[in-house]
Amino acid sequence: MSWQVHLPALLLAVPLLGAFLAPLTALGGKGLRNTWFVLVSAAFTVIAFLLWTRVGSTGTAIYVMGGQGWNLALPSGMSIPVRILMEVDAFSAFMVLLSAVAALAGALFSIAFMDRFSGLEKFVALYFLMVTGMFGMEITGDFFNFFVFLEISSVASFGLVAFWRDRGEALEAAFKYMLVSTLGALMVLVAVAFLYSKYNVVNMATLGKVIEWGMVEKTALVLFLTALAMKCGAVPMHMWMPDAYAEAPAGVTCALIAVSQASLYGLFRVTYTIFGAFMGSPVIPWVIIVLGVLSMFIGVSMAVIQKEVGRLIAYHSVSQVGYMLLGFGVGLLALSDARAMAEYGFTALKGGIYHIVNYTMYKGLLFLSAGALYYATGCRNLNDMGGLGRKMPKTMVLFMIAAAAIAGLPPFNGFVSKLYLYESTFAVHPILAVFAMVTSVLTLASFVKIFQTAFLGPALKKFENVREVPGTMLIGMSVLGVAILALSLFPTWSVNHLVEPAAKALVDQASYVGAVFAASLTGGGL
Amino acid sequence: MNPLSVVARTVCNLFAWFLAVFGIYVIVHGHLTPGGGFQGGAVVATFMAFLLVAHGGRKMQSWVRKELFTLMECIGLTVFISAGLLGMSNTFFFNFLAKAGGLFGSTVPLGPNPGALNTSGTIALMNLSVGLEVVGGLSMILLYMFSGVHPEEPFGREETGHDR
Repeated sequence: MSWQVHLPALLLAVPLLGAFLAPLTALGGKGLRNTWFVLVSAAFTVIAFLLWTRVGSTGTAIYVMGGQGWNLALPSGMSIPVRILMEVDAFSAFMVLLSAVAALAGALFSIAFMDRFSGLEKFVALYFLMVTGMFGMEITGDFFNFFVFLEISSVASFGLVAFWRDRGEALEAAFKYMLVSTLGALMVLVAVAFLYSKYNVVNMATLGKVIEWGMVEKTALVLFLTALAMKCGAVPMHMWMPDAYAEAPAGVTCALIAVSQASLYGLFRVTYTIFGAFMGSPVIPWVIIVLGVLSMFIGVSMAVIQKEVGRLIAYHSVSQVGYMLLGFGVGLLALSDARAMAEYGFTALKGGIYHIVNYTMYKGLLFLSAGALYYATGCRNLNDMGGLGRKMPKTMVLFMIAAAAIAGLPPFNGFVSKLYLYESTFAVHPILAVFAMVTSVLTLASFVKIFQTAFLGPALKKFENVREVPGTMLIGMSVLGVAILALSLFPTWSVNHLVEPAAKALVDQASYVGAVFAASLTGGGL
Repeated sequence: MNPLSVVARTVCNLFAWFLAVFGIYVIVHGHLTPGGGFQGGAVVATFMAFLLVAHGGRKMQSWVRKELFTLMECIGLTVFISAGLLGMSNTFFFNFLAKAGGLFGSTVPLGPNPGALNTSGTIALMNLSVGLEVVGGLSMILLYMFSGVHPEEPFGREETGHDR
């Protein structure tokens, strides 16, 4: 038995250890703290990658925390799992991998970006706690722990959003985010309590096996849906998102994107794996589709009129989350109908999942380059910028890659995932595809606006002394830039190896349930 | 926050120790009685609250440094996660101390009994470490709340870079 069975535990233990030791490393000075920051980030990225390859080759991985053996899910002849259980299927592993890459890029970027601020040992500790919470949400096999990890990542991110606490706006953003997150987390807790009151289990796989369709389950589903859609910023509950994303330090925003994707992961875990069997009625899928269309359109139309770079990009997050909701909603609509699934449902699902990875990469890069602009010039408002292309050519190229990707220009990865979504949603109703395309056009318009105002035009006198940002920031941005280019240049490989296994795992509820029960039948081999 | 009268200070000086002892009792007996690391830690942290209210924050700042509390937090949390990692030969958080003899390693006696303190393995160890962490964390929160009352007297080192 190889040590790799412990990867799910290590994925949580390593960033946790990073957070706990960060204040101690700060005693050794700036160099030691920064080394620790990078080292731990690199370590969890490697673990995430190994976990992803392992799940790809040996199938769904489970891990029993504190058990006699790592796969002893049902000790002493119990019929339901009682210990803290981690379950990593291909969809979880995919989410973990892309979250880890985004968190690594954010960490590399933050080193130079945050250099002139004090309190950095706490920054590093909070950053790692947020990452732990995010990974936990993605690999937990148990709803109560999902709530715990949701709270860990939320509480850590309140502190990070309010890190520039001399700015009133940052405090306001953090407060708003805190209210929304706490409300959302409590709704998740109440939903878990509803399910627990009826079935006496909080384990996801067991719930997926025994669940029936009644009033209690419907209430729980609505609470989950509202809370998690709130946490990932879908339109009527999006008001916290532009504030929090624009006010948090740029490296943190890059990781916050991945945290919001973890909530999205929770949403789909609930709807597909737990309630998948009851999606024959089109109500819930259409609710998700409508939320998606509203988010896409309202998000982008709010974005076009913004003048602050951070807020503009943050409103695009709302609209991009709409694309994923649309894709997953259409997939859910087709879930109980094999023919529809083969015709358009699976394509929509692939589009949604592909869009998650694309979105995390290019949106992270956009926020990082907005941060780079702010670092170099000290201004946030587009009206004050201009002619920076000559001064910061590398930032400009990276921004251009991300902007082309988000706008869905043909060779880039955004185009591929959007094409999947156009094709499949058209089969459900043409108006959905029309909304998606109009949103895409408006996205392009607003990024042309940023590019033109910030980078092009005559050089301004006040920016005479502006120079390119330091190397570590560029490395952080390049991590995401390279990821975007790789996804763009090898779309077939990415679809076959990244996206399709994840999509298959998501619709295959039986194997998610089976992994827990099958592993223990083999005797929990020590 | 100004110091209270000499009567209040004397009473607080005395009772603060009782609270600390009771809190430590709750932490140490975490695996036997209601309570545990967090609850006991919160009780011990009222030791700081008593002294802070009775003597005022300025006096307090001359007595303790916030690095002390950071250290307590770090040690507590590191012991916690190390206890988890040391079980890795089986699984993360595996209770390798239980029933092994030695530290917290006794077997729980059968039938009604007053409770054997030396049982439960890593659970007791984790209660202790969480207790230490909570004492450090809550004491630090109290001191920071004081420095919020008097923002003109920053506690500890000055912040830099946060004044744009």
